Amino acid sequence: MSKISIKDMNLWYGDFQALHGVSLEIPQNEITAFIGPSGCGKSTLIKSLNRMNDLVEGCRIEGDILLDGKDIYKSNTNVNTLRKDVGMVFQQPNPFPMSIYNNIAYGPRTHGVKDKKELDEIVEKSLRDAAIWDEVKDDLNKNALSISGGQQQRICIARALAVQPEVLLMDEPTSALDPISTAKIEELVTELKEKYTIVMVTHNMQQASRVSDHTAFFFNGYIIESGDTRKMFTNPKKKQTEDYISGRFG
Amino acid sequence: MSSKLIRGCVYLSAAVTFASLLFILLYIFINGLPHLNSDILSWKFTTDNQSLIPSLITTFIVLGLTLLIATPIGVFTGFYLVEYAKRGNKVVEVIRMATDTLAAIPSIVYGLFGMLFFVTFLGFQYSVAAGVLTSVIMVLPLIIRSTEEALMAVNDSLREASFGLGAGKLRTIFRVVLPVAMPGILSGVILASGRVIGETAALMYTLGTSSNLPSGLFSSGRTLALHMYVLSNEGIHVNESFATGVVLIIFVLIVNGLSTFLSNKLAKGTK
Repeated sequence: MSKISIKDMNLWYGDFQALHGVSLEIPQNEITAFIGPSGCGKSTLIKSLNRMNDLVEGCRIEGDILLDGKDIYKSNTNVNTLRKDVGMVFQQPNPFPMSIYNNIAYGPRTHGVKDKKELDEIVEKSLRDAAIWDEVKDDLNKNALSISGGQQQRICIARALAVQPEVLLMDEPTSALDPISTAKIEELVTELKEKYTIVMVTHNMQQASRVSDHTAFFFNGYIIESGDTRKMFTNPKKKQTEDYISGRFG
Repeated sequence: MSSKLIRGCVYLSAAVTFASLLFILLYIFINGLPHLNSDILSWKFTTDNQSLIPSLITTFIVLGLTLLIATPIGVFTGFYLVEYAKRGNKVVEVIRMATDTLAAIPSIVYGLFGMLFFVTFLGFQYSVAAGVLTSVIMVLPLIIRSTEEALMAVNDSLREASFGLGAGKLRTIFRVVLPVAMPGILSGVILASGRVIGETAALMYTLGTSSNLPSGLFSSGRTLALHMYVLSNEGIHVNESFATGVVLIIFVLIVNGLSTFLSNKLAKGTK
């Protein structure tokens, strides 16, 4: 079943068209990976799914993006609610310069949770879900910037989980991390798909083939090929896809 | 050889800077301290004792009122320029140009403007109100500029993170951006305080030079710096002028120390 359907979408930054007639189905509780060379539009598309592109001046979108059948670009859509339902983890770990506890509690507080006991529970659950509870449980009042980059990224994942999203968007979540932290996050992502629909942009083809169930290959603003990850990596239909995943360019 | 020369120049420059600062401080303290007696610290200013207490209190009043008005206006203008206005907006360009120009204008020009507009045109007379409003215009560019710079230094990834969690603009600004930018904004406010404390030209024609404590918003007074200027200008109270200088320097040192302490304390929470 599709959680998100993208239908014939075009996107412009000013005069520059960054996405051309993109259509894609993103299945529920599975991991969809976006791959492709730099500047191919994969980050642009992922940022359209929670309307982070609204923050970019001169960004214009045509076509439909449906979340559970509802168009998220309709004028009566509440962007803040949308972003609560469609959480995001960014390329660089970006914890707020405050305590670990307050980082996680920021989202729930934004959406009206005030009760201390309830917040405590959310913080613990989110940190457990992000597989970092055991490492930080005694340091919840420590500044989130004082821990390692890999831990910071898992704090950011926990922060995104704390508002109970349905979809988790991850824009190259491991590109700034060392191999051990990367392995931990990959393991975490495969566990998270039981509860969440995950969309992940990655530069790393091995990562896409290890982690994802579905893959979409982007090139120059077009989706060249999309489908089951294993099929695509063993038997790509298009020449360009084959060239890219076999490392001939990109 | 040349590295030795450069090292020599570096040491020499440091020594000259330090020595001149030390010399000025010592000179004022040696000339001023002996005259810092009970007369000069008495409650009222008379022809017998050139008391600086009324001026000290007036300085607090002018400084306090100026910051009370200028800080919110300046900080919110900074917020508008960085967080709300669209990039490349014409209004923003005009405001930026205006603040840059205002920041570079000599203070006597502010004084003349204040005299013509507040004192004469609006009929405030020489008064605390005219002095404060003139200082507000004078320090606004400082506060706007430093707020702007402090906000622009806040990494956009923090704003993205906050928006990404479904937080609105107001919450993002007050909960995430403001705490990080606080030390920078504060340093602008301190710079503004220094300017008000040390100001004479802009206040002479607006606040006036009455030696007594102002009785209200529309009565005249003098700040410490003005007091010092008037005393030495008259030529017969140079010693008292030096004593005032000592108090002024101590005042500035306390303000600086307090602000450093405050911004360190604030920065500790965010770094």
